[in-house]
Amino acid sequence: MPKKARILVRIFFKNANNFNMDTQKKQRALKVFILLLAGTLIGAVNGFFGGGGGMICVPILLAVGLSNQKAHATAILTMLPISIASVIVYYSSGAINWEYFLWLAIGSVIGGILGALLLKKLSNVALQFIFAVLIILVGIRMFF
Amino acid sequence: MWYYLILAGFAGGLIGGMGMGGGTLLIPILTIFLSISQHLAQGLNLLVFIPTGIIALIIHAKNKLLDFKTFLFIIFPAIASAIGFSFLANSLDEQVLKIIFGIFLVIIGIIMLIVAIKNVIKSKNKLTDKLGV
Repeated sequence: MPKKARILVRIFFKNANNFNMDTQKKQRALKVFILLLAGTLIGAVNGFFGGGGGMICVPILLAVGLSNQKAHATAILTMLPISIASVIVYYSSGAINWEYFLWLAIGSVIGGILGALLLKKLSNVALQFIFAVLIILVGIRMFF
Repeated sequence: MWYYLILAGFAGGLIGGMGMGGGTLLIPILTIFLSISQHLAQGLNLLVFIPTGIIALIIHAKNKLLDFKTFLFIIFPAIASAIGFSFLANSLDEQVLKIIFGIFLVIIGIIMLIVAIKNVIKSKNKLTDKLGV
């Protein structure tokens, strides 16, 4: 191969490499931007409505490439400090009752374990369908 | 009252354990059936999540399912906006918060319904592919 061609090839590949790095950097920057924005949204929803942040967090984590299991687990990791921060604000406004909490927590832990066990056995699509309709009806009921 | 609370917690935990958003169900159960105020229901839901969340996290950490790198990017803006919006919710009139919460539920429900319908279509397509119809 003549010298000039070799140099040209080298320049081409070097540039190609640089181009790849640039797009990679851009993609990473975009991903970080999405995550920061997502965090703001998740915190806002969970703080304002006192829950529901996980329903937004899981699809976002799936969208940035986490596996289904990792997305669910990391969503809980995210929701925990957010909920603690929100609880402090709600407590300072008087929106906490420790006796109610005790009974709810007992039921919730038992239900949570059972739900996690049942998850493997029940058909998910039918459940999703029923739950979605239920949530819409309950939402409408909140207006009255 | 206490057995109703255990039952309500159980229902919320059951749905939450299945990964479908237990809080969205627990809050309206508390306000509609137990006549608890919207603000208190939201505060209680946040508080109830903490012990269940810790238990779930211990299990997930053991199975190495936590992605700390992604978590670090999300968590700081999330905490800041959570504090701000918690103050905002607590400064609102109860009836106003209740109606906004209702709208939120309807939107979430419609999105879930669309996802569920898409899943049904997908599983049907897979079935027909398998049968070669």
